[in-house]
Amino acid sequence: MWGDWHQLWHIVSVPDNVPIVALLFLVPFYTWYGFREAFAHDRLIGQLEADPQMAKTHHRKPYPYKTGWDKEVHVWPYLMRIEFLAAIILTVILMFWSITLNAPLEEPANPSLTMNPSKAPWYFLGLQEMLVYFDPWIAGVVMPSLIIVGLMAIPYIDANPLGNGYYTYKQRRFSIWAFLIGFLALWCVMIVVGTFIRGPGWQWFWPTQTWDHNRLEFAVNRNLHEIFGIQNRWIAAAFGGAVVGLYFVVAGYLMHRLCMLTEFSRKIYQRMTLLQIVTLHTLLILMLSLPAKMAVRLLFRIKYVLVTPWFNI
Amino acid sequence: MPEENGSGAGKRAGLLDTVKETVKQDLAGLKGVLAEKGKEELEALKEPEKTQLFRSIFRVKRDDTPRSRALSVLTNVFFHLHPAKINRDAVRYSYTWGMGGMSFYLFLVLTITGLLLMYYYHPTKAQAYRDILYLHHDVPFGQLLRNMHRWGAHLMIIAVWLHMLRVFLTGSYKRPREFNWCVGVILMVLTMLLSFTGYLLPDDQLGFWAVTVGTNMARATPLLGHEGPFGAQLGMTAFNDVRFALLGGSIVDANALLRAYIWHCIAIPLIASVFMGVHFWRVRKDGGISGPAPVMLESELKEEKKGPRPVILRPSGTR
Ligand code: HEM
Repeated sequence: MWGDWHQLWHIVSVPDNVPIVALLFLVPFYTWYGFREAFAHDRLIGQLEADPQMAKTHHRKPYPYKTGWDKEVHVWPYLMRIEFLAAIILTVILMFWSITLNAPLEEPANPSLTMNPSKAPWYFLGLQEMLVYFDPWIAGVVMPSLIIVGLMAIPYIDANPLGNGYYTYKQRRFSIWAFLIGFLALWCVMIVVGTFIRGPGWQWFWPTQTWDHNRLEFAVNRNLHEIFGIQNRWIAAAFGGAVVGLYFVVAGYLMHRLCMLTEFSRKIYQRMTLLQIVTLHTLLILMLSLPAKMAVRLLFRIKYVLVTPWFNI
Repeated sequence: MPEENGSGAGKRAGLLDTVKETVKQDLAGLKGVLAEKGKEELEALKEPEKTQLFRSIFRVKRDDTPRSRALSVLTNVFFHLHPAKINRDAVRYSYTWGMGGMSFYLFLVLTITGLLLMYYYHPTKAQAYRDILYLHHDVPFGQLLRNMHRWGAHLMIIAVWLHMLRVFLTGSYKRPREFNWCVGVILMVLTMLLSFTGYLLPDDQLGFWAVTVGTNMARATPLLGHEGPFGAQLGMTAFNDVRFALLGGSIVDANALLRAYIWHCIAIPLIASVFMGVHFWRVRKDGGISGPAPVMLESELKEEKKGPRPVILRPSGTR
């Protein structure tokens, strides 16, 4: 049933979902806020590049500055008053929120009464949503580990020295796109989907669609090798492995083309060591395997690409 | 006066008189002195910062000179996380969004509210849920306390993510701050684990199933989980794999509750505090906050030096 606003309100007003409603506003706001600063810097960079004389004398920030002004200010009071103010405002917000909305408490834990849908805490819903497309060992173990390792690798594989300590988009297009695809499009959007869209049986319910606990999901997905009529499981495994390998090769090649797209990124590419290049490509290819698998599932209804006796991908 | 002391009763009265006389004199003398001293004391109250007590605590004169301003930051153990002076534009909200500081402040709020909650909470199957009900209905401000702890935790996760976003967008992970970014990533993971372990503690359906779903994934750990790739081949069962280690059993039950409690209230907060200490220390040692720095132009890119890269070592305090 559609137009069920009561259902929508029911989901949005679950106390533990309120943070995600906040996230829905805060993340876009701060993304916009960051980009506004970035574009201000980019305009200045453009001016300085066009006018070398100006570049020599300008203080190189889009903020007002006059000669004679102190370059530094005292922490007390100029920084600490802001910190104290922030602490007070934050406390007021937290107090207000805590007075108006109670923390949830359900029935006592009961192992024989399954919650449907039973959801992980919201900040892990991205991983739970991944379970739709990958087996638990990938979604629950490999991907989280890769996220941690991948984040930690960023400073060591980003060979672009520009944009250190100021907002800019123009000078860091590639890294900003890569990061935002991961953080916004994959992590945050998946959380929002997991919270607001997934209903009983982890099925897809559009906003205002009633959560129907009896809705059946038809198992229409099949494995890739079945489409090609491969019967022998060893051949199937080899075939699947070849397809996964092909993905790596093709995606790696496309990534390489992407890195060679502009004069500037070619220059940065030149500065990278082999290890940096390999790590960068591997991590990005693995990150993009999520949307790739989603596409394969949603467009071709394929469950597994690679089936082996021990694990499936 | 030994002779006088030794003589008879008549002299005794004389002694009494002497004492009286002396006391009278002393009192008269004191009157003047006391009034004077009292006045001094009152005067001193007008300038408490000159008292020995004040100086023993704060150690610095409180006058409005740049030197004293700097010293009042540097000589205070809580404030000396800060340098004395910073980049004039670094105080702009648009640069840091204050998110690191807010994450830390929320951590402090959570520590305090969490400590208060611990006074009322028993990590046992028999009592945990009742303790929450008790907090809701009987403990003065108990519900408010629990609400603040819960919403504070959610806010902290959002603040940490946004902090990471701003650090990324300002390129603040670039040299020489690579390592501090890594410390930050660990802090983020710890923050989420703190929240996750706390989720089970009310021992209600919400926490139980969330933790069940969460830890079920551990079953599928490659090699170490009994349902993970090659787990069974390595002899993993539901009774010896990683999930068993996390839960202290094969289901989410009393042992899991106790383990979650200890991770949540002791182990992770301690580990996180250590990492935060390192994080803040590194912010300072890496030369303070990264910007807002003057923009660099593409034409100013230096040729990358070939060969092994030198280690940058900067004496502390220099920029
Ligand atoms: C519990 C979590 C965290 C706390 C309490 C914290 C706190 C702080 C504070 C107070 C600062 C000073 C500047 C500012 O406020 O922005 C800072 C800077 C920094 N943080 Fe964090 N942080 C946390 C997590 C993270 C995470 C998740 C990352 C990155 C993945 C990170 C990376 C950095 C870096 C690289 C700096 C230096 C930035 C600069 O110099 O501009 N931190 N942190």
